[in-house]
Amino acid sequence: MTDDELIWRIAGGSGDGIASTSQNFAKALMRSGLDVFTHRHYPSRIRGGHTYTEVRAAPEDVTSRGDGYDFLLALGDSFARNPQEEAYYGTEEIKPLSENLDDLREGGVIVYDSGLIDADEVPNFDQRVEENNWHVFPLDLRGLAREKGREVMRNTAGVGATCAIADIPVEAIEELMEDAMPEKILEPNLEILNEAYDAVLEDYDLSGVEVSCPDGEHEEEQVLVNGSEGIAYGAFDEGCRFIAGYPMTPWTEVFTIMSKVLPDVGGISEQVEDEIAAASLAIGAAHTGVKAMSGSSGGGFALMSEPLGLAEMSETPIVLLEAARAGPSTGMPTKPEQADLEHVLYTSQGDSNRVVFAPADPAEAYDHARRAFEIAYEYQIPTIILYDQKLSGEYRNVPASHFDREPNPDIGQTLTEEQIADAPHEPGGKFQRFRHDPEDGVSPRSVPGQKDGRFLASGNEHNEAGHISEDPDNRVAQVDRRTRKLETIREDLDGNGLNVTYGPEDADYGVLAFGSMVGTVEEAVDRLNDDDESVKALAVGELAPFPEEEVREFIESVDRVMVVEMNASAQFRGLTQKHLGEYGPKLSSLLKYNGNPFEPGEVVEGFHNTVADEEPTDHQTTFVPAGGD
Amino acid sequence: MSAFSAIGEEREIDQDEYTPGIEPQPTWCPGCGDFGVLKALKGALPEAGRTPDETLTVTGIGCSGKLNSYFNSYGFHTIHGRALPVARAAKLANPGLEVIAAGGDGDGYGIGGNHFMHTARENHDFTYIVFNNEIFGLTKGQTSPTSPKGHKSKTQPHGSAKEPVRPLSLSLTAGASFVARTAAVNPNQAKELIKEAIEHDGFAHIDFLTQCPTWNKDAKQYVPYIDVNENDDYDFDPTNREEAAEMMRETENALHEGKVLTGKYYVDEDRPSYQQEKQQIGEMPEEPLAERYFDDDYDWERSADMFIDDHK
Repeated sequence: MTDDELIWRIAGGSGDGIASTSQNFAKALMRSGLDVFTHRHYPSRIRGGHTYTEVRAAPEDVTSRGDGYDFLLALGDSFARNPQEEAYYGTEEIKPLSENLDDLREGGVIVYDSGLIDADEVPNFDQRVEENNWHVFPLDLRGLAREKGREVMRNTAGVGATCAIADIPVEAIEELMEDAMPEKILEPNLEILNEAYDAVLEDYDLSGVEVSCPDGEHEEEQVLVNGSEGIAYGAFDEGCRFIAGYPMTPWTEVFTIMSKVLPDVGGISEQVEDEIAAASLAIGAAHTGVKAMSGSSGGGFALMSEPLGLAEMSETPIVLLEAARAGPSTGMPTKPEQADLEHVLYTSQGDSNRVVFAPADPAEAYDHARRAFEIAYEYQIPTIILYDQKLSGEYRNVPASHFDREPNPDIGQTLTEEQIADAPHEPGGKFQRFRHDPEDGVSPRSVPGQKDGRFLASGNEHNEAGHISEDPDNRVAQVDRRTRKLETIREDLDGNGLNVTYGPEDADYGVLAFGSMVGTVEEAVDRLNDDDESVKALAVGELAPFPEEEVREFIESVDRVMVVEMNASAQFRGLTQKHLGEYGPKLSSLLKYNGNPFEPGEVVEGFHNTVADEEPTDHQTTFVPAGGD
Repeated sequence: MSAFSAIGEEREIDQDEYTPGIEPQPTWCPGCGDFGVLKALKGALPEAGRTPDETLTVTGIGCSGKLNSYFNSYGFHTIHGRALPVARAAKLANPGLEVIAAGGDGDGYGIGGNHFMHTARENHDFTYIVFNNEIFGLTKGQTSPTSPKGHKSKTQPHGSAKEPVRPLSLSLTAGASFVARTAAVNPNQAKELIKEAIEHDGFAHIDFLTQCPTWNKDAKQYVPYIDVNENDDYDFDPTNREEAAEMMRETENALHEGKVLTGKYYVDEDRPSYQQEKQQIGEMPEEPLAERYFDDDYDWERSADMFIDDHK
């Protein structure tokens, strides 16, 4: 990243249209040729409360939120609670302004709705403005919106003001509104947009403002996609036509997308009584020959533990999603965390037999979802996509061509009736669904309704036809075969490109990350190398079976490695050490668990601590030095 | 052409086809009521015209869960309480299958009670047989959701302080469109009721009294039984919800007073099944979804064609 960027933050209350306004704004900038990235922050509340979305735009490679931001559009919170003395939440009416000042960079811009926010109530406001050389634009956005249309259109007025100040052609926004808005509300919105734009240009001298939107150009057509959409489209292109679920933030986003699209193509979506049922339905559909998925977030995924084990034991191919959020228990429902790693890897009784993917961005979300289905159906094993609140709603531009791929409805080693006729059966007539002998561990299956394919699927240990068996020889043969599948999968995944190295190959130091933190780490690596440090990163996209060789090579190639993750107990470092214990003394940790994802600057600072073996940090991050010596 | 030639196959079916060639003999205790369910089911399916290859039996955990170990069809021996959600999806994915779900009273009315309520509410088109022995058998005789108040066991040494679940009333209230009770000692009635349940279009729940001679010695052997549809002392119309509710309540009370009432309690032939409801609102394909994955000519939709333009 260079300084040639704009980070625009729109703040208000939940229900004020912050998300949709920011999405349109991001899309307009993307269409203008810029790379964009959105970061959202919202409370677990239907109406009101401190909410913001940041849109970061630059000519090239935006992979993370930035350190702070430079343009605040503070709208009123229409659902703010009445301030009461002693209330711990304080005056909510001013929060869109007051809560966002700490991160605003020097020289930044503030546009606030003077129709709803009284800046005099913000402690030390004038003083802070002066100290930080902020440019402040108090505009009666509500009044303007009310005059030309409806009060809710004050977002549009704010965007119009933004365009005027940050030098964004207002036509870019107009074009988008024309695409997105129904006729009835389009006209007043266009009027409000232009009115606000003109008013700022007329009433203010903008010569001192240095915040502006850069120019950019894309080589090919881009689309704006978030992580949830990436996963859903990947599943769709793999021929997934069955989903069962129960609402829970943030997994609901994928469930919603699939529920909308599946009926149009003769698929089935089921909203059911709980997550135990949801995962069980996915198993029932997959057992019957349909490509099926389910998913949830932390607590809901916990309920899926037992069906997950059933899928492992009965070798039923399903794909589950785990959209992590801050825990334990209900935790912080709308805040990201990567503390469900161990939960996903090990939950459910017995030796776990699953595959876990961790995409880093919306494009990877699509790729990993496709791979998760391929592996699940080819190897008759549950696969899990572990992502989090951050990735689920994070928009980035992706080349449209990324999605231009052939569908793959293949259901793996599932026999046709003709093949079943020639396949081994037990003397009693049942099909040998769970044979001991396949070298790759995969014993082809039949599907109910096929002639002569009868077998028993079971959560009990079972013999070759599926009948309950506690015979020691059979037990060992079946466990070994199921374990062999993981070895075959590991070989299959090697060289798949789902674990990605970043930065100079011969770097002295390494950073290890997974999932949604990868983009932030990449930016930190760039900054460090620009600063004459020598650093590279490895993003691990396959968490189980663990890519031991790739990670080993990476760790061996550098002097030290810092593991970056959003949790308090260094689970990813623990996983790495479980597989590669001999490198323990080389691994330090940088942790963050305050509900907000890392900023690149925090990773940069953490790196300096690693090198200097120092602990202190200015941020709410925790540095854990390497053990050993 | 269907990838599932067993579905809808018209032929004579011999009851013995449902007996596995290997290990046909169950491990249930001598005198166990579960034998009665097995026998009744073997009798009912051929009469309903369904073959082993088009039948999927989905069971829970417990002695009842072993039903499909001793029954020759496609089977899924799932986990405790979860037979119903697995069965529901199987039926949605391939409605041509004859799906039979089964489990015990602890399985269906206890740990899986939530699924029971919602499956009945949604009126999925399959049969659910609950082996009700008023006790946890396989784990050696603990008090179950249907054990009578005061029932003593190692886990309730002072006797249960709880009123038992009322399975029939619960089923009716939740929305089942076919509710019956039979008993293992009543093989002909059991077979007939299961056959009717199979032929019923909607969720058909059979509370099947299965005596446990090992762990529930105190309980009645469910004899003598009275068929409320046949006996002149009882006069009610199973298509009338209010009358059915009253009859169910009387039946549930009577059981704990030593009187075994059985029969078909409620049937609603007019209520559409869940599958029909879903098709009605355009949320379920006419052609079974399971067929599509075997159809080489199907033109699979792509996200690039369907959704990506909206993101430009």
